[in-house]
Amino acid sequence: MIQRATLLPGVLRRVADRWLFRIGPPEPAPIRLGQRRIYVLPTRAGLAFAIALLVMLLASINYNLSLGYALVFTLAGSAAASMLHAFRNLYGLTLRLGRCEPVFAGDSATFVLLIDNPRARRRAALRLGAHGQWAEFTLGEAQETAVGLACPAPRRGRLALGRTVLETRWPLGLIRAWSVFVPDMHCLVLPAPEADPPPLPGYGTGAPAAGLQQREGDDDFAGLRAHRDGDSPRHVAWKVLARGGPMLTKEYAGSGGRDLLLDWAAMPPGLDTERRLSRLSAWILAAERAGCRYALALPGLHTPVSAGATHRERCLRGLALFGLPADDVDARA
Amino acid sequence: MIGRHLLATMRAGRRHDSASVPSLQRGQGTWLLASAAAAVAPHGAWLPPWVAALGLALLAWRGILLWRGSRPPPALLLLALALAGAVGVRAEFGHFFGKDPGLAVLVLLLGLKLLETRAARDIRAGVLLCLFLQLALFLEDQSLPTAALALAGTLLALAALVALADPGGDGREHLRTAATLLAQGIPFMLVLFVLFPRVQGPLWGLPADAFSARSGLSDTMSPGSISELGLSSEIAMRAAFEGAPPPPAERYWRGPVLTRFDGREWHAVPAAEADAPYYTPTGPRLDYLLTIEPHNRRWLPALEHPGPTQPALRHTSDLRTLALRPLQARSRFALSAYPATPVGVDETAAVLAAATRLPARSNPRSVRLAQELAAGARDHGEVLARVIAHLRSLRLIYTLRPPLLGAHPADEFLFDTRRGFCEHFASTFAVLMRAAGVPTRIVTGYQGGEMNPVDRHLVIRQSDAHAWAEVWLQGRGWVRVDPTALAAPQRIESGIAWALTDNAELPLMLRADMAWLRSLRHRWEAASNAWNQHVLGYTPERQRELLARLGLGSGALAARVAALATAALVLFGGLYAWSVRRPPQRDPVQRLWLSFCARMAAAGAAREPWQGPLDYAAHLARCHPAHTQALREICQTYARLHYGPHPPDEDVRALKKQIARLKIK
Repeated sequence: MIQRATLLPGVLRRVADRWLFRIGPPEPAPIRLGQRRIYVLPTRAGLAFAIALLVMLLASINYNLSLGYALVFTLAGSAAASMLHAFRNLYGLTLRLGRCEPVFAGDSATFVLLIDNPRARRRAALRLGAHGQWAEFTLGEAQETAVGLACPAPRRGRLALGRTVLETRWPLGLIRAWSVFVPDMHCLVLPAPEADPPPLPGYGTGAPAAGLQQREGDDDFAGLRAHRDGDSPRHVAWKVLARGGPMLTKEYAGSGGRDLLLDWAAMPPGLDTERRLSRLSAWILAAERAGCRYALALPGLHTPVSAGATHRERCLRGLALFGLPADDVDARA
Repeated sequence: MIGRHLLATMRAGRRHDSASVPSLQRGQGTWLLASAAAAVAPHGAWLPPWVAALGLALLAWRGILLWRGSRPPPALLLLALALAGAVGVRAEFGHFFGKDPGLAVLVLLLGLKLLETRAARDIRAGVLLCLFLQLALFLEDQSLPTAALALAGTLLALAALVALADPGGDGREHLRTAATLLAQGIPFMLVLFVLFPRVQGPLWGLPADAFSARSGLSDTMSPGSISELGLSSEIAMRAAFEGAPPPPAERYWRGPVLTRFDGREWHAVPAAEADAPYYTPTGPRLDYLLTIEPHNRRWLPALEHPGPTQPALRHTSDLRTLALRPLQARSRFALSAYPATPVGVDETAAVLAAATRLPARSNPRSVRLAQELAAGARDHGEVLARVIAHLRSLRLIYTLRPPLLGAHPADEFLFDTRRGFCEHFASTFAVLMRAAGVPTRIVTGYQGGEMNPVDRHLVIRQSDAHAWAEVWLQGRGWVRVDPTALAAPQRIESGIAWALTDNAELPLMLRADMAWLRSLRHRWEAASNAWNQHVLGYTPERQRELLARLGLGSGALAARVAALATAALVLFGGLYAWSVRRPPQRDPVQRLWLSFCARMAAAGAAREPWQGPLDYAAHLARCHPAHTQALREICQTYARLHYGPHPPDEDVRALKKQIARLKIK
């Protein structure tokens, strides 16, 4: 892909994508690689090999070497056959979409594609590439394999997998067979938490925010209560559980143990949107760490007070997609 | 269903090549080294020993590094080795240009290149070097065993490339893939070999040493020069006669004619050339096809005396036949012979004078003997008879290992040692005849030949090299006299193996008493001959003949290219069909089920991969409520037959009927 990018810069490549590879909007899974969407071209090593064969052919003509002709023609025939082997290495593969865990901006997003090899033979030396990143893998015989491709996710929002290439240079490295497709696959990129955020609003100082009552805190152990969904695993009384007891949650009494409101509007007016989102992201993580219940108020989106992993994800998702165009937001049902 | 959850290693590398092969893996290196060894080892017979040894030592070194997993040697050391190798090649050959130094450089380069393999590109370069070396081997030898060796070498080279592309696979798989590729390449090779337009080489000047070091006849003769050839069982020529071949005693293949004698050595003298023979052929005629091995000289040892030939050949005034150019490739000529034709009846005075010249004060005893024998003879014919009679009376001994002779070889042979090979007999006879005033000259060439009963070719070897004499008699012209026949008539009748008293002097293959070995050799040589004629001898002319016979007209380039393209396309189409074929479904139940699913998918209710037969039945029922019962029955029957014990045939037929009865469009 990199090689072709240098060969077909800019406009040319877009034209090739559109007319030659028929790249359009994202296509639904499963994607089956049939003959029409597999392309073959010689690699640089293949061109070098062809030049070497030409030199050998000239030498055979010059010295009248019948066996020289035979050697050159055999190698040329094998190289031609390798073209079909490369083609066959991709032919009939089916791609389905796997998981894609949300990540924070600045981390790398791992797209998992499930690639099914229906043939009872191993398929070697395959490479999956998108966003300039490559993953190399081998498919076992008659198996479905999950292939993860890590791509950098620099900005919050939805990161589409986009134009993806599956290629192989098997068996001789002289021919590259590839297929281009745009799977309908996105990764949710959450705003990167601010590195050194100010303390949680209303946490530890001043009066509790209006409408929020005192809750369990983090500071002093106050007792045990029955486990509820959404309780932090760090507060589970593992020792009790290990002794065969019920699943209990340790309660703490502390000054911070109260419900919080993480409010967009209450932030200093000088902050821009991204820094606000980044700070809110950091606060959500901090509140979760502190075992607080919290509500999130964004312009146009209010998430009521709650706690737990589902709540956190809903809030972070709201931050990630805040202010983005609707079609982008609704791209995945 | 997910077999292996594989989160492949991610790399931000830009280049596939350099990044993916940080160093040679053991499996890859084994194929590469095997390929290199197969390419280098056969050259050992031609390379200077130190080059072959150094090349193989470098490969062995690489092998040890590979096996131990050690790091490659420092670049500085390799550079020093390369410089030392270059200096050595320069010292050995005196220059870098030409076949032999080029080959030596290639061998050393391969060894050094493999020692510094770091990236995939280095490995590919190594493979290409191996292929070049294989090609270079054909300059020396294109026999059947070499072809087999080259085939094996090609397989190894392909396996090395496969191992490079697929580092994860095991060795057997690499070899199997390479063998498949090779097997698929061979039909292409056959088509291209037959149809690719052949051009008569060379396209450019060949290096001066391209075809050196061929053994064979020479244009000088000294005592011992032909007995050297007598030990070589190498094949010089093959002749296929249209009718019966001439009897052994008449098989004289005429090579260089030596007229000038300096007392010890005989030399050829320049002769005029013409397109037609210098005589009018008469008498019975023999037609034959002569296939001659390359000897890098122009002469063509034809059966005495050749009739007119196509313009491709020349005839000299001393009755030899010459090719237009030095014979650098195995060549074939359609020739005829007139054994009974008189030649040189009206020879020029100058030639006759040159043929009676003897250096002063050489071989004085022989000269005196000849004068005594010639005294009182009426004509040259009588002198000839007396000299022959005298030689016969001496009981000379024919041997491959005659004693060394000094300054007067004829004297010493005739009076002292009395043991000699054909050149001693011919030379001494010529000295005697010249001393008696009779024009005489030496003819070298081959005598005899052995009929291979397998393919009915007469095989003439270097060991059949022979020297005889020619005497000019008034009214009869040049008359052949073979003095060797006086001492060893068997040499002429049956060949060298029967003429020598002690067989042990001869190489194993030439001995007379090894019948089974000879028969084996006959078979092998017949196979080699067929190989030479049909594969190696596939020249532009033969290609035209073959194409004409295949109905491709006179072999116009366009027709040939069209035929080539068609054949290549057919082969490629066959390979394509192979690559998209699906393995047949063996299990009849499964086959029925898959066709059923395909039909349902066409009707808008495809089966998802996670749906088992019963889930699918529910799904189908939702899509086609009218057929709920029938659909459920089909799915249940399938589940029972597929997961249950081996189903009886009637159950399978029942399932088939159920599916057939279904009426969903």
